[in-house]
Amino acid sequence: MTALEEKTNKKAPGGSAWREFPWWLVAIIIFLITMGILIATQPEFKRAFLFIKGGFGSLEDFPDVVALIGKGISVTVYTTLVGFAFALVFGLLAGLGRISSNVILRNTAIFYVEFIRGVPTLVLIFTVAFVLVPWIAGGENSGVSMSSRAVFALAIIYGAFLAEIFRAGIESISKGQMEAARSLGMTHGQAMRHIILPQAVRNILPALGNDFIAMLKDSSLVSVLAVRDVTQQGRLYASSTFRFRESYLILTFLYLTMTLTLSLLLRWFERRLGKNV
Amino acid sequence: MFDTNDVIVIDNLHKYFGHIQAVKGVNLSVRQGEVVIIVGPSGSGKSTVLRCINHLEVPTNGAVYIDGVHLEDKKTDINKVRAEVGMVFQQFNLFPHLTVLENITIAQRLVRKRNQEEAKQIAMQQLTRVGIPEKADAYPRQLSGGQQQRVAIARSLAMNPKIMLFDEPTSALDPEMIKEVLDVMLVLAKEGMTMVVVTHEMGFARAAADRVVFMDDGSVVEVASPEQLYTNPQHDRTKLFLSKILGH
Repeated sequence: MTALEEKTNKKAPGGSAWREFPWWLVAIIIFLITMGILIATQPEFKRAFLFIKGGFGSLEDFPDVVALIGKGISVTVYTTLVGFAFALVFGLLAGLGRISSNVILRNTAIFYVEFIRGVPTLVLIFTVAFVLVPWIAGGENSGVSMSSRAVFALAIIYGAFLAEIFRAGIESISKGQMEAARSLGMTHGQAMRHIILPQAVRNILPALGNDFIAMLKDSSLVSVLAVRDVTQQGRLYASSTFRFRESYLILTFLYLTMTLTLSLLLRWFERRLGKNV
Repeated sequence: MFDTNDVIVIDNLHKYFGHIQAVKGVNLSVRQGEVVIIVGPSGSGKSTVLRCINHLEVPTNGAVYIDGVHLEDKKTDINKVRAEVGMVFQQFNLFPHLTVLENITIAQRLVRKRNQEEAKQIAMQQLTRVGIPEKADAYPRQLSGGQQQRVAIARSLAMNPKIMLFDEPTSALDPEMIKEVLDVMLVLAKEGMTMVVVTHEMGFARAAADRVVFMDDGSVVEVASPEQLYTNPQHDRTKLFLSKILGH
């Protein structure tokens, strides 16, 4: 009896550690390492990898870093970063408009958000690139590059999602904060900028991070505009060599590496910020 | 139209929230340097009246004048008026993302256009006055409720207001912290600050108030000196209210 108790007691803590261990992460890392080994040892994988990340053709136009990580990856990262930066601006403006007391501003913001949310992302990318941009820029041959149109499309689409995040973030701050700021004589704009938004942004940082990662993945959709991001590179390689297995495994590998790195970075950043609040 | 000594004039104030009428025709004038306490049961409209004095609530009908300036007039620069009217809230409403010092300097810099050095110096003076200069670099969440409320008072005073409004400043505090806040308010009253205070603290009212206003159901029922109101109330509603808060 005592021996049995001893046994179970001994087993319990070890058992829970075993349960808590992030096995899923180990599995993902094993996948990534396996892919790394395949790329290093298998010529077919290596060829596909080099093509898709974009280490092909003339690289004189690109700085060393770009040559190292590859043009395909650079296009994906660039599209995401610039697109997200603009999406933040659109999102903030629409989020502020959404809670504005001005009827025109509020309705414009709601129109934008509901319009975008009601149409599939892929359809929006086509519509923005081939209808909206020519209409704004004045004609189909206005010389706006496809990659610019892609960035613009992603910014408009994600701006609508971020608007809702910003709105929720602003509304999460207690009414007393605005009242205290206004009672000190601050204008509505000063109170928003110095008191409400700094607190709201801190609250919505995890949500913004999630959308950034979502946007990195959705940036693969711009390949439909023949923008040579990694997805387009993968499709090109697959269709010209019929190496579908290598192409799409490597594409998966590249995205997973990027998103996982990003989410680890974000977690670290949030924890660091959390300490300062 | 007004006595020139009246810094606050509330003229036939009405306020509706939807169909509910919170304030039903309140008239009240406050002279320079006067301390007026508003008491009354919850829902009597006393906080609403106070919040109309710095335009946090917009009256449905009637008018509020600060130093002769009509607040509801579209041409009035409300931010300019508010800089002259400090407000202390029940929930303190300190800015949690800023340090104590930044809480006190931010409006000085943005509204009073003081430079960092000057704002900081005034902030430290006010912090010393409320007795916690050593907390300048702390964040609000690191302070007790009483300390937070004293910072909130310092934050308002740093703007050099002509009038201070207090909306149940001690209601959210633990009993042992009430005194430290009331002491600060008492000194302020003795120095001649014009104050309108919504509070049930009778000791403070007796020590500091020139007049006590009793409100019930959106109207002013009785205005009297604290001595008279607490010992010899004239109206039945006042007697009923006092018997409830004095009951134990």
